[in-house]
Amino acid sequence: MGYIEYAAERPRPAEDCVVYLDHAATTPMLPEALAVMTDELGQLGNPSSLHNAGRRARRVVEESREQIAEVFGARPSEVIFTSGGTEADNLAVKGLYWARREAAAGRSGPARSGMAPRRVLATAIEHHAVLDSVHWLAGHEDAEEHWLPVDEAGVLQPATLAEAIAAAPGEVALVTVMWANNEVGAVQPIAELAALAREYGIPFHTDAVQAAGQLPVGFAASGADAMTITGHKFGGPVGAGALLLARGVQPVPVLHGGGQESEVRSGTLDAPAIRAFAVAAAVMASRRDEEAARLAKLRDDLIAQVLAAVPDAILNGPPAGPGRLPGNAHFSFPGCEGDALLMLLDAKGIACSTGSACTAGVAQPSHVLLAMGADEARSRGSLRFSLGHTSTQDDVDALGAAIGEAVQRARRAAR
Amino acid sequence: MNRLRVLAAMSGGVDSAVAAARAADAGHEVTGVHLALSSNPQSYRSGARGCCTVEDARDARRAADVIGIPFYVWDMAERFDRDVVADFVAEYAAGRTPNPCLRCNEKIKFAAVLDRAVALGFDAVCTGHHARLRDGRLVRSVDPGKDQSYVLAVLRREQLGRAMFPLGSSTKAEVREEAAARGMAVATKPDSHDVCFIPDGDTRAFLAGRLGDSPGRIVAEDGTAVGTHEGAYGFTIGQRKGLRVGVPAEDGRPRYVLDIEPVSRTVTVGPRESLDVQEILAERPVWSGCEPLREPRECLVQLRAHGEVHRATASLAGDMLQITLDRPAQGVAKGQAAVLYDGDTVLASGTISGTRARTPAPAESAR
Repeated sequence: MGYIEYAAERPRPAEDCVVYLDHAATTPMLPEALAVMTDELGQLGNPSSLHNAGRRARRVVEESREQIAEVFGARPSEVIFTSGGTEADNLAVKGLYWARREAAAGRSGPARSGMAPRRVLATAIEHHAVLDSVHWLAGHEDAEEHWLPVDEAGVLQPATLAEAIAAAPGEVALVTVMWANNEVGAVQPIAELAALAREYGIPFHTDAVQAAGQLPVGFAASGADAMTITGHKFGGPVGAGALLLARGVQPVPVLHGGGQESEVRSGTLDAPAIRAFAVAAAVMASRRDEEAARLAKLRDDLIAQVLAAVPDAILNGPPAGPGRLPGNAHFSFPGCEGDALLMLLDAKGIACSTGSACTAGVAQPSHVLLAMGADEARSRGSLRFSLGHTSTQDDVDALGAAIGEAVQRARRAAR
Repeated sequence: MNRLRVLAAMSGGVDSAVAAARAADAGHEVTGVHLALSSNPQSYRSGARGCCTVEDARDARRAADVIGIPFYVWDMAERFDRDVVADFVAEYAAGRTPNPCLRCNEKIKFAAVLDRAVALGFDAVCTGHHARLRDGRLVRSVDPGKDQSYVLAVLRREQLGRAMFPLGSSTKAEVREEAAARGMAVATKPDSHDVCFIPDGDTRAFLAGRLGDSPGRIVAEDGTAVGTHEGAYGFTIGQRKGLRVGVPAEDGRPRYVLDIEPVSRTVTVGPRESLDVQEILAERPVWSGCEPLREPRECLVQLRAHGEVHRATASLAGDMLQITLDRPAQGVAKGQAAVLYDGDTVLASGTISGTRARTPAPAESAR
């Protein structure tokens, strides 16, 4: 034979991932959510239809809306269902920016529309759904992007925002700050930040996708005008999320069509996914505090085990405590490439994440770590482990047992 | 036979997909890796043709799905830019004609990638090259039209010892048929022909962009000026088209590029018979198929990719490979590889650094 010769037996089929440490990417569906979704998928009816089947579906959506509102401290009328976090972020950022431009034009007439506020303030560590929306506005809609710096733990200090607003309050169209960062788990002082924007009447949006399943996130109490949440980060299905919009806040729609969701978001409502989203939210909320305490304990042990196996590993982000998402641990492993480590752990059935990759799949240095002042090498050699409702001590122990050798190997490969 | 941990380099084409599938079928533990080679992130978005596009990464991923193996993308753009693209440009600037696929095998696939793979615990790198390995020696593919032993001959024994070429005993037609039978969408994907980092195929424009205008003279063998050019790098020995020589040859016969002198940027042209080369010097020989020659040896030699095979006598002079062809060859360019074969088996490979006709005319020294 013309190549290294063949063994007789077939390869074993790839084993299912046994140690899932990537809950920040997506979570397994809660059995309760799966059950109602499966059931609802067998039902007929467009929630916008006027007949009996439509009314039945409409009732499912409205009950879900009430459930979501209750869990997140909002009024039912403030819940706008979307296809998920990315769509809600796009609607908030673009829609609120356009709405401010329109309002200014309406007040002073088209001739003076140049006076409309065009500056968008956002942290440099936002998710790409916000980051790229702001960037797009700057490229296509005459917006001026202003990236708010964070400290080395990944936190936006209120003084930084206050200064940026005070520089030219009339220029600021919108402020958007994520509730908790998806990579390093840094929790932002949202209520304080929202209050600063409110002082000047500037709309404030927060992407609470990561926070919603692990922290007591209250929309009204936060003082935000708009808030993004999505179901699949806490046991709901992918494909159902919401933008919470305070009364009177009216973004210009991104999707036009049948005028569903108070004319803000057209498109047939996905009753099965919305139902499962709401059930997942309710189940999550019923055990959130004890679950957060359980995850924080597991996470602290994960950090201890990783640092014991790799003493020079660096924990990125805030110290464990109220300033950090309870399920998040994020490390830099000096001398390693993150993608090599990920592959080695994957081969042992341990799933984790390096952050983001380009379209082709090349791991990119994390913009979050770069914004926190890390150099490119530290940023490249980083991995995120995120815990969620299915995580156990066994998962943490499996990582603790595997990480030392994986890091040694990855270091040899990086030489 | 051991179950090996195999890294399958998957370009997104049909060959590497079937090669990976065969390695997996054989019972090895195979992991697919697509090498991202473009240093220009734009090409990931624009989806240009070539071997470094989003589509190719996706095709490779889908093939890995069908086979049922893990799949990753490795970023090799920096190494590729330095060791292949920059080398390609520098070689042309020096008046030579490089083979970037050969360089990629030598420096990327069976060096940077292989080293990383071994460090990460793999035993071998598997590719879709059409070539065979027999007792550690490199042998031509059974499909002479697709044989790629020429661009692999630069590999040393220890590199070949870690290589796996599962396609060498199959024709290209068989490979396509097998891909279709396996349900791979790449079964009908067209072959790639161009240099992968020059997706539009316009090498001269690519070099002009890197090297700028560098005008010079085109002269006849006797030194008579017959034209001008914008850059000597746009020419290859033996080239006939695109000379844009204003003055016709006295005998009206076509003229060919005979020599490229990079310092004075002079391109010499002349009649076809002046291309005849019988003596070849090649540097940095690699002896993967035999010991370094102690005495002259009759063998076969190939002087460019998919080029014809010549009977020759090879010997070693110092650290240079000296090759005397039985009959003259034409279009022998410096920078290309001279690969020695015994039948279908590769003996050695070197980089052509000098050529001359058998009996040097007084005015003509080694070009």
